Amino acid sequence: MSETKETQEKELGEKAVIKVGEMDPRFKYEISKIPGGEKIMLCFQCGTCTADCPVARFSDSYRPRKIMRMTQLGLKNRVLSSDVIWLCAACFTCVDHCPQDVEIAGIIRALRNLAVHEGFIPAVYRELASSVLKTGYAYRIPELRHRKREEEKLPPLPKANLESIAKLSDVTGFSKLFEEKKKET
Amino acid sequence: MAEQKYLLFLGCVIPYRISSYEISARKVAEKLGIELVEMPEFNCCGLPLDPISHDMMLTLAARNLCLAEQKNLNIMTLCTGCAGTMRKVNMTLQEDKKLREMVNGYLKETGLEFKGTIKVRHIVQVLAEDVGLEKIKAAVQKPLNPIRVAEHNGCHVLRPAKYIGFDDPENPTILKNLIELTGAKCLDYMDETECCGAPIIGVNDTIPLQLAKEKLDHIKAVGAQALITVCPFCHMMYDLHQSRIERAFNETFGIPVLHYTQLLGLAMGFSPDELGFKELRVDATKLLSQLGS
Repeated sequence: MSETKETQEKELGEKAVIKVGEMDPRFKYEISKIPGGEKIMLCFQCGTCTADCPVARFSDSYRPRKIMRMTQLGLKNRVLSSDVIWLCAACFTCVDHCPQDVEIAGIIRALRNLAVHEGFIPAVYRELASSVLKTGYAYRIPELRHRKREEEKLPPLPKANLESIAKLSDVTGFSKLFEEKKKET
Repeated sequence: MAEQKYLLFLGCVIPYRISSYEISARKVAEKLGIELVEMPEFNCCGLPLDPISHDMMLTLAARNLCLAEQKNLNIMTLCTGCAGTMRKVNMTLQEDKKLREMVNGYLKETGLEFKGTIKVRHIVQVLAEDVGLEKIKAAVQKPLNPIRVAEHNGCHVLRPAKYIGFDDPENPTILKNLIELTGAKCLDYMDETECCGAPIIGVNDTIPLQLAKEKLDHIKAVGAQALITVCPFCHMMYDLHQSRIERAFNETFGIPVLHYTQLLGLAMGFSPDELGFKELRVDATKLLSQLGS
């Protein structure tokens, strides 16, 4: 998924007219119940998050302040279907700098979780999930690496308890997220 | 008996492609009398899955914490991402009864229960706080020539401050002090605490390269001869991707990127081979000759 300026600007901000029917007044309350999202209502749009965001400096479309406002306004579909929410690098600079103590990166994570429920998930996350479920590790460690460890006199890598991981994936509802063919953003 | 004993949590990135960090960290730990116990079982710390499901992240992290609790050992990680995630989850589950009950409900299915009895430490914390600068200084048998280096902490060892509570995220000095114990001089440069960009490279590869390029520009501007990191993800951005950055921006950097444990290892008298220098992508031969190693 590469950032395409035109589509993203259209999706997130540049549609100047917001129709009332597009706004879901419950959305902010939904977010505020998710860990990390508690203080969404306190954002007063000062823009510190965007000003201090390293990603925003190099992106034409990623603006955490705008994502916070759209969340407050309840523009649920626009936010969840947008590629832009996947650009947060989770450096947490915004969290440390927010004068209102809004956990901006936590809210973006909550939005991503909801986006996944709606079927929007970048391919890379599908791969990471699959690798954890199949090996316990987020990346498949090639056989060559295991052999190299022996040469380097490193102890063998600890094995994953795949049965436990599968069970946890089921009870947390994680497995269900991948059951049907989902749209890739 | 070792004064310090930890369960070593390697994470995923290090065994996948950054073995030089593990090799050098084990050497340095042994020299300092830090005993490292292998994890009995492994699963990812949870961080890469947080964007998909916060509950799954909490549960995977908590599962590792439970394994450490069973061994009654604190965890030491080399990766800042693993440290940050497990520290935050450990703290949150200790404080938030409702969340703990939810996660324990899941863990019960696998016969585990989170109790909150152990600590999670990143190796920089272990070195600076548990081992202490005096003891490290005493282990520096071959102080390095005063080469000029720059440090890069990695976000998750410092932020969010309310969960991590280590050093000053706006003006971190602990890694600098650790570096200077080796004899190297640690330089100040523009935007030292800026993110490497690695976490989003899977969804967008232009922004992380621009971020990393800017960092390399800034450390080149002050004349740093090497960049010192303490996170495998950050290391990957600056070492593995450095040639890609040079091609993309038509620039020449040639700045070796060392794990702090490699720098400290050299000052302790280990040879570059013993510290996994061969694994580095950016050639460090010139730097090593300046060091007389």
